[in-house]
Amino acid sequence: MLKAKINSFQSLGTVDGPGVRAVVFMQGCPLRCHCCHNPDSWHIEDGTEITQDELFNKIIRCKKYFGDNGGVTFSGGEPLMQSEFLCEFIEKLKKENIHTVIDTSGCILSDTAKKALSICDLVLLDCKYTNSDDYLKYTGMSYDSFLKAIEYLSSINKPIWLRQVIIPSINDNNESVNLLFKLKEKYPNVQKIELLPFRKLCAEKYKNLNIPFPFENISEATKSDIEKLYRKSHLNSR
Amino acid sequence: MNFNEWKNFNGGRWKESIDVRDFIQNNYRPYEGDGSFLCPATKRTNLIMDKFRILQKKEQENGGVLSIDVDTVSSICSYAPGYLDKENEIIVGFQTDEPLKRGVNPFGGIRMARASCEAYGYKLSENVEKAFKFRTTHNDGVFRVYTDEMKSARHCGLLTGLPDAYGRGRIIGDYRRIALYGIDELIKAKQTDKAELGKKLMDADNIRLLEEVAQQINFLGLIKEMAAMYGFDISKPAKNAKEAIQWTYFGYLAANKEQNGAAMSFGRTSTFFDIYIERDLKDGTLTEEGAQELIDDLVIKLRMARHLRTPEYNELFGGDPMWITESIGGMGEDNRTLVTKSSFRILHTLRNLGPAPEPNLTVLWSERLPEAFKAYCAEISIDTDSIQYENDDIMRSSYGDDYAIACCVSAMKVGKQMQFFGARTNLAKLLLLAINGGTDNMFGTKIGPQMGPIESDVLNFDEVMNRFRIYLKWLANLYVNTMNCIHYMHDKYAYEKSQMALHDTKVQRLMAFGVAGLSVAADSFSAIKYATVKPIRDENGIIVDFETIGDFPKFGNDDDRVDSIAHDLLHDVSKELKKTPTYKSAVHTLSALTITSNVMYGKKTGSTPDGRKKGEPFAPGANPMHNRETNGAIASLNSVSKLSYLDARDGISNTFSIVPDALGKSRKERVNNLVSILNGYFSNCAHHLNVNVMNRELLMKAYENPEEFPNLTIRVSGYAVNFCKLSREQQREVISRTFHECC
Repeated sequence: MLKAKINSFQSLGTVDGPGVRAVVFMQGCPLRCHCCHNPDSWHIEDGTEITQDELFNKIIRCKKYFGDNGGVTFSGGEPLMQSEFLCEFIEKLKKENIHTVIDTSGCILSDTAKKALSICDLVLLDCKYTNSDDYLKYTGMSYDSFLKAIEYLSSINKPIWLRQVIIPSINDNNESVNLLFKLKEKYPNVQKIELLPFRKLCAEKYKNLNIPFPFENISEATKSDIEKLYRKSHLNSR
Repeated sequence: MNFNEWKNFNGGRWKESIDVRDFIQNNYRPYEGDGSFLCPATKRTNLIMDKFRILQKKEQENGGVLSIDVDTVSSICSYAPGYLDKENEIIVGFQTDEPLKRGVNPFGGIRMARASCEAYGYKLSENVEKAFKFRTTHNDGVFRVYTDEMKSARHCGLLTGLPDAYGRGRIIGDYRRIALYGIDELIKAKQTDKAELGKKLMDADNIRLLEEVAQQINFLGLIKEMAAMYGFDISKPAKNAKEAIQWTYFGYLAANKEQNGAAMSFGRTSTFFDIYIERDLKDGTLTEEGAQELIDDLVIKLRMARHLRTPEYNELFGGDPMWITESIGGMGEDNRTLVTKSSFRILHTLRNLGPAPEPNLTVLWSERLPEAFKAYCAEISIDTDSIQYENDDIMRSSYGDDYAIACCVSAMKVGKQMQFFGARTNLAKLLLLAINGGTDNMFGTKIGPQMGPIESDVLNFDEVMNRFRIYLKWLANLYVNTMNCIHYMHDKYAYEKSQMALHDTKVQRLMAFGVAGLSVAADSFSAIKYATVKPIRDENGIIVDFETIGDFPKFGNDDDRVDSIAHDLLHDVSKELKKTPTYKSAVHTLSALTITSNVMYGKKTGSTPDGRKKGEPFAPGANPMHNRETNGAIASLNSVSKLSYLDARDGISNTFSIVPDALGKSRKERVNNLVSILNGYFSNCAHHLNVNVMNRELLMKAYENPEEFPNLTIRVSGYAVNFCKLSREQQREVISRTFHECC
């Protein structure tokens, strides 16, 4: 059985998917997003190795708290970097009737990544930006690969929550958010849109890792910024 | 028995003998719906609250005490009736002749009474001083018999907070009996008991009990007299909801006038009252608005209860608490829920009257509680931080379905069991004492078996554990003996006559021991076992600090390696205590509960092997140490839930603080998620949870500008406090606790 490299394990998460969730922060990510919240999760070799049994036992200890709609979310890092592991492990969780979510940018679409996406219950699909230029500039990945991911998920009718971090002066405008809502119209498997405020709690991490935080000088998005964007986009999906 | 006042009630055993539970079971109506029927506060209620708030503000401005009657010894009938607003009050009665004025109760100890008057700029009157000059107080009695070793253990803080100078409290009279039966019937029943005792052999136990029952009868008469002073005849049963609440409250008021117990809890009354309210609603003599007004007014009265304390007492039990604990909900033995509309009504007072620490509203949680009630509780928790939760599913098997919580976490069958309260022992200090072989490294006191400090360069787990067991054995015996002295003397010189009159004559007694510093001790053992702990010695060879190298498992991360140490510690303490017989053959129980004394305990304890430095606070109750939880809230809850209620039948207190954003995005999600968390935690057989949903920043603001947050309420350890009433030190400790945040 494959082992996983994880960054950390959080036994109580309530903001990455429905209900009360255990969140596994997987290690390793091919992107270098300027807004990245977890720069310590970039290099897979830095992670902590954990066996399936160890991780499984941690999750089972949380199961009683999941209620009707909670479960496990694989976040990161980019969980699809370890999609072989995910395929094995999600099957194991399914046998326990545990709801599974993958929180991904969709930047990896190998056959095993596709399989992992197809067997989980819900995908939190992070749409970094809604135009090719910003996408490439601020993540190092092409917008096309994001579109391929949403196409694929749509083709298998996988429920999606489309998410975007709202970064003041970059994508905190109605045009950008409207494009997100257009995606929701186009792909009926998108169940809801979540706009997340850009926060800088991670600045400390960058400092400790001695790497520059590219968005250091951008201000945080406030809750009211987010509310306004939702309201103005007419299609309030909350 | 039969009374006109009982019309339309279903009969049962309760008509043949005193049996409130049977009355409830035969007459209450479970409620499975939501809170949409509830009414807001009336104009009258708001008016009364305004008057109360003005007094409260004055009290705060006066340094925490509005005024003191230094001329009168507090007793049931020693004050003229007092009112806040005679015309508009529905439920009446204060402890003295004026609202918030504090009485003097020297029965526990005259020194304490004197000191508390002086602390607030008053002087105990000559009259009172004279009256107690030739009278033995509880405190006098205890110190006559305390051994040097007991005094030493007390002095160095190995045993602290012992009720040897004030009322022991934690006794809940079944105040409902007055409403259901009236005083005369209760006196009759006690007279019958007395006659029966008179037929038995007159040995010391029987004579003592006979005298106690005689005093109970006497005090039942006094309660009737006190009610008469307020213009009520409570000789017969209450005939409607208003009277039922008033009669019950008179019982509680009498107890508060007679006793200044540390915790004066109210019981389990809301479902009892609901029966009367339902009957009145059906008769058309009461409306929902009127019903809520009754409950609101009762709660205002409870919020105005006060005892006079010393500053030292506040150091242990910060925030001027009374622990007027009211237990709400739970399930019946027949699987019907005990939730009624009045369970909602009493929680709704937190909306109508605003958040407040008292009464200490305690929800008896069961997985099978109606879902709408669970959601309502979660909502109120999120909005007010004023509720605690305790696991009905594990308590019911020991205490049936008519128990109530005394103080924070102590369950007892109402009117059938009482408790000898025993504060707590400091486990972290005991560990240091064991390591130093009988010298307390903070005070230099030599106490316990003398074997000298451990001499090795690195602490060895087996050696330390073996020593710890030796010292635990010694301490457990000393602790039980100390408690026996205290409670013998309390019975002799400050017996709770009115409260015990509202118990069965043949009462079961629990002797409640406690531990503090459980997580510090567990983490210290874990450090010794899994890391390298090098003792640092002073010039006399006493170990005063430690150098801990490497990481080790810490309690609060759902890691069995250390959680099992914590579990075994509690188990071993319980086992050792049981080896020494108790006064009046009380059942030994144990709690992991500190109130706010975790700050003071920490102050008196040297550096510990877990890395905690000398003088730093412990975590409260059974909580993991602050900010050592690295796997999130559920892992932390799981660690605490591994402590067994069978080992700690007096309760395992856990305080849980989470920032609103970490509980979910929308209000609805937060409510659902909190319900899921409570269900999960309690289905693991955990015992207790205080829930705070708030940001640390809010507390920091209140710390800087207390005047802007006069009503900020927070759950600390088995009770709630007004944050601004805590000492600065206690406030800092609360702020430093773990607040579970978004990951």
